[in-house]
Amino acid sequence: MSAMTNPVAIVKGAVSLVIGLGVTIKAFFSPVITTQYPRAEINISPRFRGHTKLVGDKENPDRTLCIVCGMCEKNCPSGAIVKVEGEKKEGEKKKTATAYILDFTTCSQCGICVEVCPTDALAFSAEYNRAVYSREGCHFDLVKEYEKRKVH
Amino acid sequence: MNELIDKIVGIVGWEAIRTILGVVGVLIVVVFNALILTWAERKVSAHIQRRIGPKEVGPFGLLQPIADTIKLIAKELLTPQNVAKPLYFLAPVIVFIPVMVSFVVIPFDARLQVKDINVGILVILAFSSLSVLSILLAGWGSNNKFSLIGSVRSVAQNIAYEIPLLLALLSVVLMANSLSLKDIVEAQKGVWYIFLQPIAFLVFFIAGVAETNRTPFDLPEAESELVAGFHTEYSGMRFALFFLAEYTNIFIICAITTTFFLGGYQGPILPGFIWFFGKTYLLVFVILWFRWTFPRVRFDQLLNFSWKLLIPVSLLNLIITGGILKL
Repeated sequence: MSAMTNPVAIVKGAVSLVIGLGVTIKAFFSPVITTQYPRAEINISPRFRGHTKLVGDKENPDRTLCIVCGMCEKNCPSGAIVKVEGEKKEGEKKKTATAYILDFTTCSQCGICVEVCPTDALAFSAEYNRAVYSREGCHFDLVKEYEKRKVH
Repeated sequence: MNELIDKIVGIVGWEAIRTILGVVGVLIVVVFNALILTWAERKVSAHIQRRIGPKEVGPFGLLQPIADTIKLIAKELLTPQNVAKPLYFLAPVIVFIPVMVSFVVIPFDARLQVKDINVGILVILAFSSLSVLSILLAGWGSNNKFSLIGSVRSVAQNIAYEIPLLLALLSVVLMANSLSLKDIVEAQKGVWYIFLQPIAFLVFFIAGVAETNRTPFDLPEAESELVAGFHTEYSGMRFALFFLAEYTNIFIICAITTTFFLGGYQGPILPGFIWFFGKTYLLVFVILWFRWTFPRVRFDQLLNFSWKLLIPVSLLNLIITGGILKL
């Protein structure tokens, strides 16, 4: 007997349909679980890899921990770190970064620069919704970004 | 003022005024229903998937359908090159007319009915089967394989499901002893027919869902297989007319179910039309709920379900009803 003429199969099928309706109506009355993105944002995992950022010096918040050693620039497999420049300020032993340009178009967030940094001056930011108008817009100056963060 | 009214009545007669008012009223109900249903469909689907759905345009996204309508009206009417022009242009018009006619006989309230025809249900069934014709025209005229497959499926499906639909209604007609929708509602003063005819109700509702081409019987449109089925080649306002007809068909099926099985406009305290629309939209919600619960049936399952199960069951139900009434 086929499924259409077997009474047992028909009753079983009908019961399964009712169970299915129960599942969806339960979901209908459950709270919404989506985040309304531009209005609200979810918390990003601490291990999320955005573009790299420079970490500030806790003792002297005016400068970052970067000592302009150039290790990251040398070790970057994609050559994404375009320029690391710095100067020696008076009364300080280490150099201070004045420009640190990351070409985000070629960066693959591999993390070698973060690992190799002797002063732990690099870290991954949690920024994930950055938009730019041109290829050049992806050349982030991390020092400038640090200054901006410092002000806030 | 009264003189003016008397004068106008003297010239055109009450019957003409009644007809004009009826047509305007029906148009308003049709358009509002379609607007509400497009919104409701998106909201229901969203909440079943635990999303919010439209929320930006107006409070709770209530103005979203109006934004959609403006977009559809403003869109260019694209006519593909090798379509059969007369058929292609005619189909969206034909799909809409039978839908409008069905509204004439539906009793929204004890005194709110465009015309009480003594073969009311025949009018609805006769005209609703016309919409198959327009689907076939659309499919054939579009000169597109997806459209044609969709429309051929639709014809096979609607022929198969019209029979149980009719047989289920017939057993109610036997009990009420009338084909007029108003008489049938009046006959349910004490007990609704859903309690006396539960099998007929089930068969009718299932066949009704199939007749309106809704999931799980949406093979004529089958987005995942046929792009959009018979209305693949239609855009802008022509597409909107098909859409309008589809949503109005849903309303009509639910309204007939309310009239035949749920006591129509009858209910305590509240005015009749509130009861009528409340019951109807409850059923509409159930149909939307079906859509987001059940997967589409296969074509052989669809036809087997009608010919091997629904038709025998509804026939048996009709015979038993007739036998009991005769005793």
